[in-house]
Amino acid sequence: MAVADQVYLRDAPAKLLPAPVASTGLLGWLRANLLSSPANIALTIICVAAIVWIVPPLLRFFIFDAVWSGADREACLPSEQRPEPGACWAFVREWSSYFVYGFYPISERWRVDLFFGLLALGIAWLAWLGAPRRDLGAIYFFIVLPILSYILLSGVTMIGLPDVPTSLWGGILVTIVVATVGIVASLPLGILLALGRRSTMPAVRLASITFIEFVRGVPLITVLFMASVMLPLFVPDRFAPDKLVRALIGVALFASAYMAEVVRGGLLSIPRGQFEAAQALGLSYWRMMVLVILPQALRVTLPNIVNTFIGLFKDTTLVFIVGIFDFLRTIEAARGDPHWATPVTSVTGYAFAAVFYFVCCYGMSRYSRNVEARLARAHRR
Amino acid sequence: MSKMLQFPVRSKQQWTNIALQAALAVVVGGLIYAAAVNAANNLAKAGIASGFRFWDNTAGFDISQTLISYSSSTSTFGRAFWVGLLNTLLIASLGIVLATALGFTIGIARLSRNWLVSHLAGGYVELVRNIPLLLQILFWYNAVLKSLPDLRGSIAIPGGAFLNNRGLFLPQPLFGPNFGYVVAVLVFGIVATLAAGIWGRRRQERTGQPPRTLNYAFGLIVLLPLVVFFAAGAPLSFSFPELARFNIRGGIEILPEFAALLVALTIYTAAFIAEVVRAGILAVAPGQTEAAQALGLRSGATLRLVVVPQAMRVIVPPLTSQYLNLTKNSSLAVAIGYPDLVQVFAGSVLNITGQAVEVIAITMAVYLFLSLVTSFLMNLYGRRVAIAER
Repeated sequence: MAVADQVYLRDAPAKLLPAPVASTGLLGWLRANLLSSPANIALTIICVAAIVWIVPPLLRFFIFDAVWSGADREACLPSEQRPEPGACWAFVREWSSYFVYGFYPISERWRVDLFFGLLALGIAWLAWLGAPRRDLGAIYFFIVLPILSYILLSGVTMIGLPDVPTSLWGGILVTIVVATVGIVASLPLGILLALGRRSTMPAVRLASITFIEFVRGVPLITVLFMASVMLPLFVPDRFAPDKLVRALIGVALFASAYMAEVVRGGLLSIPRGQFEAAQALGLSYWRMMVLVILPQALRVTLPNIVNTFIGLFKDTTLVFIVGIFDFLRTIEAARGDPHWATPVTSVTGYAFAAVFYFVCCYGMSRYSRNVEARLARAHRR
Repeated sequence: MSKMLQFPVRSKQQWTNIALQAALAVVVGGLIYAAAVNAANNLAKAGIASGFRFWDNTAGFDISQTLISYSSSTSTFGRAFWVGLLNTLLIASLGIVLATALGFTIGIARLSRNWLVSHLAGGYVELVRNIPLLLQILFWYNAVLKSLPDLRGSIAIPGGAFLNNRGLFLPQPLFGPNFGYVVAVLVFGIVATLAAGIWGRRRQERTGQPPRTLNYAFGLIVLLPLVVFFAAGAPLSFSFPELARFNIRGGIEILPEFAALLVALTIYTAAFIAEVVRAGILAVAPGQTEAAQALGLRSGATLRLVVVPQAMRVIVPPLTSQYLNLTKNSSLAVAIGYPDLVQVFAGSVLNITGQAVEVIAITMAVYLFLSLVTSFLMNLYGRRVAIAER
């Protein structure tokens, strides 16, 4: 008899047992993430209690008990059917066109809509990293769009667009204009300042460093005060710029100093060899920068650039303080309307503003994180 | 040596550079000159004085919160400046302390292994960071504090405090004549504790005995002043705020503007500090924690002796800039009328005197100075904790 017949030899692997119930599925997840130790259980209980305490009242206030339609404040005051009315969304609906356009004449509002459309096109072109001809997109965004927008919004009587003075602009329109001007102006200015700060020419370097450190050392509000109070003093009377333009100059200068530091960070991350290789090819300074260094530096630092834009977008609210009717200011103005004076009007207005800013800023920050992840993948390869 | 060689030889590029810089200097100088001439003309036309003589003139306006004595009829613009500056420093220093505490808590919570805790902390950070600070300040001021009950409906808080839409009224401590001894002993205790800390560390380096600074601190800073306090006859009493018909008498009043600004600044900056802290802790290589555990350190000791000292090195520089941001952001006080430097000086004083150039220049100089001092101090700290390269 052969040995093989007598010895027990396993010829197939044993069947795998399922993992213990307590470590898989929902139960396992709960145990690992919420209930792993007594301290953890206590934390979980505290958190659940906090959520139960906070979330239902919020939902009730903003959704279930909210007033969605109505003609005036009566709708949002406590009544018999609704002893504790929630947010007064009817107020926001009533004022919504003011929140978007300010006092922009109703017959001309298509111009603002067209501007929003053109801007959306430009942003999409630049933000979509796989878009065709992004160089054209940059030209469109930084040169064509500003000129077109100026003609559209401010008006040129010669081609049949009546003038609309900036004192009539308001709401989201102004917020978007301030943010866009800040972005369009600060990127080129910031790049120039960043290059100036790394320049070998002492006078250029000194001027750049002084500007950057000065602006970064003071609050935006003082820069805006300076632009709105001192700028008219510094130019002859007949050139005194309009109030909105003054604020735009302040925001643009402020943003460019921060942008300069972000771009400088990108430049620092480019290895020396890239500069030396470009010089060895005989490229001049500007060709080296434009063709070799900046494309790499800007790509590396794109997430930081977007983060600076987020800060800039939030900072546009400060023009409120120098008397410009941006979105937040229109909320403040509408909040004081006696037709809608109820205990919940203020909260509703602020909640609406918060949702708007949150959606814009959170969208930008998700985008910047995606780009960052994409860059990290590219680096790993 | 021939005369020719005494001139440095320059390439075409260098000459271009020199020309460029000269052009830059001329343009900047020209702009400044033109601005100065225009400003002088415009100011003369508007009949506004120039120079800093206004500093000693009587201010003539009221300030709602003054840490130093101030009266609208006798105090000068210069005094108003100091009042505003002190108010800015007060809100900034309180804000920094509170935001640091909240920010570290949330930053550590974001790294918790408890899914709910980390996601709640993450939700807080995302929500707060993406809403403009000014909106948050207005929300706390107009929607929360201003909608509190009025004087007659004041909410009484246990301990003798009142809360209404005019502010928070707290008991005011009144110090007896002997209270100075307690303060002196307290100061002595703090100095002695610092000395004990240094001595303890030296002894540890020499002998390996762990320092017992905490014990000394408790004895010197808590026990000793308490003993002196009771020995001196407990020289401390409180003046409680009392509800009168039209106002509240006695106690300390905390303005709703102050409270709204402090709450908003703390919550907003804490979200940024939380991110700084999270990044700093994540920057410590996991091998460090594992090595500490392999040495048998408990998790508390691992955190205190291994992770935190290394994380602090990464955390401090961005933390500094958050502190500076908070200080600069406190200037948003002007939106709700808290009398900080910008509101008092760049607001009231500017409106009364009309001397925009001088007033804005002084205001900016203050913030620049604060920025420079803070970054200088933090650089010192950074140098102290930097890794000693071997």
